[in-house]
Amino acid sequence: MALDEGKDVKGGHDAREYDHQGPFRHVGTRPDRPDGVDKVTGRAHFGADAYAPGMLHAAILRSPHAHARILKIDTSRAEALEGVKAVVTRADFAEGLEGEDWNILENIMAGEKALYDGHAVAAVAATSKFIARDALALIEVEYEILPHVTDVDEAMQPGAPVIREGAAEPGLPEGMHPNVVRYHESGHGDVEAGFAEADLVIQRHFATEATHQGYIEPHACLAQMGPDGRGDLWCTTQGHWNVQKLCASLLGVEASAIRVTASEIGGGFGGKTTVFIEPVAMALARKSGRPVKLVMSREEVFRASGPTSSASMDVRIGMKKDGTMTAAEGTFRLQGGAFPYAPMEFTAMCAFACYDLKHVRQRGFDVMTNRPKQAAYRAPGSPMAAFAVESVVDELCQKLGLDPIEVRLKNAAREGTRASYGPTYPRIGLVETLEAARAHPHYSAPLGPNQGRGIACGFWFNYGGETSVTLALSMDGTVQIAVGTPDIGGSRASMALMAAEELGIPYEDIRVTIADTASLGFNEISHGSRVTYASGLAVIKAARDAKRKLIARAADKWGIDPEAVEWRDGAAWPAGDNAGSFEPLTIREICAEMGATGGPIAGHYEATPEGAGVSFATHIVDAELDPETGKVTILRYTVVQDAGKAVHPSYVEGQFQGGAAQGIGWALNEEYIYGEDGRLQNPGFLDYRIPVASDLPMIDTVIVEVPNPGHPYGVRGVGETSICPPLAAVANAVSNAAGVRLRQLPMRPARILEALEAQTDGEG
Amino acid sequence: MQYLKPASFEEAVAMAGEAHGDVRFLAGGTDLLVRMRMGAVPDVLIDLKHIPGVYDIERTENGGWRIGVAVPGAELTEHAGLRADWPGVVEAVGLIGSTQVQGRATPVGNLANASPAADSVPALIAAGAEVEVLGPGGRRRVAVGDIPAGPGRTRLAQGEVISALYLPPRAAHGGDAYQRFIPRTEMDIAVVGCAVSLSRDGNVITEARVALGAMAPTALMVEEAASALVGTTLGEEALEALSEAASAAGRPIDDKRGTAKFRRHVAGVLARRVALVAYERAGDAK
Repeated sequence: MALDEGKDVKGGHDAREYDHQGPFRHVGTRPDRPDGVDKVTGRAHFGADAYAPGMLHAAILRSPHAHARILKIDTSRAEALEGVKAVVTRADFAEGLEGEDWNILENIMAGEKALYDGHAVAAVAATSKFIARDALALIEVEYEILPHVTDVDEAMQPGAPVIREGAAEPGLPEGMHPNVVRYHESGHGDVEAGFAEADLVIQRHFATEATHQGYIEPHACLAQMGPDGRGDLWCTTQGHWNVQKLCASLLGVEASAIRVTASEIGGGFGGKTTVFIEPVAMALARKSGRPVKLVMSREEVFRASGPTSSASMDVRIGMKKDGTMTAAEGTFRLQGGAFPYAPMEFTAMCAFACYDLKHVRQRGFDVMTNRPKQAAYRAPGSPMAAFAVESVVDELCQKLGLDPIEVRLKNAAREGTRASYGPTYPRIGLVETLEAARAHPHYSAPLGPNQGRGIACGFWFNYGGETSVTLALSMDGTVQIAVGTPDIGGSRASMALMAAEELGIPYEDIRVTIADTASLGFNEISHGSRVTYASGLAVIKAARDAKRKLIARAADKWGIDPEAVEWRDGAAWPAGDNAGSFEPLTIREICAEMGATGGPIAGHYEATPEGAGVSFATHIVDAELDPETGKVTILRYTVVQDAGKAVHPSYVEGQFQGGAAQGIGWALNEEYIYGEDGRLQNPGFLDYRIPVASDLPMIDTVIVEVPNPGHPYGVRGVGETSICPPLAAVANAVSNAAGVRLRQLPMRPARILEALEAQTDGEG
Repeated sequence: MQYLKPASFEEAVAMAGEAHGDVRFLAGGTDLLVRMRMGAVPDVLIDLKHIPGVYDIERTENGGWRIGVAVPGAELTEHAGLRADWPGVVEAVGLIGSTQVQGRATPVGNLANASPAADSVPALIAAGAEVEVLGPGGRRRVAVGDIPAGPGRTRLAQGEVISALYLPPRAAHGGDAYQRFIPRTEMDIAVVGCAVSLSRDGNVITEARVALGAMAPTALMVEEAASALVGTTLGEEALEALSEAASAAGRPIDDKRGTAKFRRHVAGVLARRVALVAYERAGDAK
């Protein structure tokens, strides 16, 4: 989600779209995904699979310094190397940009300063990868090394190196360091009065390290730009209209000058919602007049794409002896690299969203450091908030001798609750997830020695966004749907299921294509868990539009009013006895004659749906600790989440499991490790430790279905909420196994041993 | 880059002698090819895989084993005779990389790559393994522990090549074991690795060798740890002394994979655990 989407976080209580409660014939079934065969046979084309005649290979020169003034760049020796066709620097991009466009340009190609280790300073296109790499070594950059800061708390201290003067937005509290660029405050009630009502108030400090989405496919693209100033771009992205918009802006051309096609995508998780290399490849293509292919190495992905923010947080919660939460407040400081827009307001707004609180207040600080520009990562900002809040809730339950699920049920947000971030909730499913978790055999299973169980809830807004869909009928009655949201989680299957449901035709008769930017109206990025919700809603509406047209053809043929015709089982039928007696007309029969009966038939839908239902989850996890080494094994994991309506349950379960797996990695071992020199120490999968398959148990899932009033079938997005509870759930499990609270992530073995040691030395 | 395919180790040595620039020997290639893809392409690549015998595992006359330089992990871990004699060496080799990598990666390559954290090296040192080295100066046998000189560096002279790996005969009532500490379950690099090989007379340990990985620039033999075991029945006192000796060994560093303090602590924990496994295996052995 981008940050200007505040209007949508209301939670969809204005929307009244829910009109089909079932029974369903297709929705809820589990057919094979349409892209499955291509992907398992290797026929699917990903970002790096594109080639063009005369294609050049590009490489990017990156700053080895965390913070340095660029005094001079001399590219003449590189340009003179045989095989080099173009070299670009900042001078080859648009001038006079403002706001986020300027930030993105500054990120993809450094201006006056290199702002982090890995910041691009120049790029080369040459006839081979090796020549391009050799040419980089011939570019002479003169740096004046500046003091740097990579830690969020240190960056806020007086005397910290200033990343960029004047970057702060208005509305900041007095006396903040220039690295603090934005501030958020929200809540309601009187927290101090609330704390006074509590029997126990606990305040704790928490910290999380930056993590990377860890998608397997590195960023890759093929750019072309002809002498007529018109270009084509093939790239791996979650949102090709956004790529088009940004490339056009950064190159100073019209949007329509660049047609962008999204390749198959090898994972994005939010990290492919913006641009890193695409404008650079376009600039090289423009300058060289040749197609240019640019593929990031894994090291480049770690150093110079968009990891998540690291966070420093303080949370204070008051509770009565009976478990009633009386007040809560939190302060959340996030660094998002050398640029504004770390998602601190989401952290603040999600923090207490699970609870019905009379008194609640949250503050957020957006802080700049010498790190890469953060990008979205699955519910950006929310997982760390849940880590802090759910850890304190767990500790309160422990100290008061209360059951963690009962306490959460007692305080859970429900329909009509005023959310901690402002709006009043429509129908939501938190209570149902808690009840299902309590009833699950996992929750009452016995634990062995050195084992602990953790419970945590999580929340995410979900999102709608601009959506455009075309549903074209073929002459034989089969259907081709063009959507504009790259398929990052099996959405083509979901779209086909929803269209099959509406049209009453077989799933196999429907082909879903991700259209390029020249073939469809504008579409927002595949983010905010919006695709099954918003593109799904658009597919349903486009199918209904087509149905109306099909009905009209039948009515015409029968010489009756369209109102007297109904659509079922893939055919038009007279609506009742007084409509007349006609044999049903199938979709195949109507389409076979469409040329002669009024021309081609297609359904369309273009809108910005605003009824994305908010989503909640409850996770249960069992962890075992080796007290001698500090190593944690995740023994059992259960995800319970509200999907509204699961269109394709297998892919809903996959989203639940994927979020849990990524959250376990974030909790235990994943982290950006910076050296004293400000350089990233672990830019590879060897030392950036995402969980491997044998690190994880089979993750159990329970789909709860509390319909979203904003979708015709009640669908809620499911992609992001699944990563919100795991940091907290795992931390609670490990803390319960260790007998000591872990409040800093990741909980790597040495850190756990230190905590155990401190406990022995200190409290005794 | 020049690619050469000798038919014998003598020819390989001659080729290396005539070559200019950076010369590399290719067997499994699981380290070398990755580095080449990252741009570190040698001037001369000498492929040893076509020399007769490089894929063989043979009993030697004295009852030990000769292992060819291209024998991959997967062959070793499936070899019943080696598994019976040197289970610790086999389990160490089996930890390297993924199942796919095991189809290519060789223990000799693991040794020549000279990583302080190499899994097979402590196990081979504890086992008393040797390599045969061929060079312009002729043929010599070298203890495995004498090959690494530091991270990425060996004591092999210019033009020298390892032509075989030798494991000694397993002593009666002997057993060995290897474990490493990694934060994950697989696909990782040892924060600390520990190997123990010992022999028993009844319940009493008669001889022992203890080796540690990732505690110093090269894998280490820890004499104090071994002497803590000899003459004991591996009671708590011996285990404590072993653990202390292992923790005190080497000169571990703070890095992204762990602090020196953590490494010392884990070395002590692992030594204890590994000794118990080796002791058990020695008791079961004929």
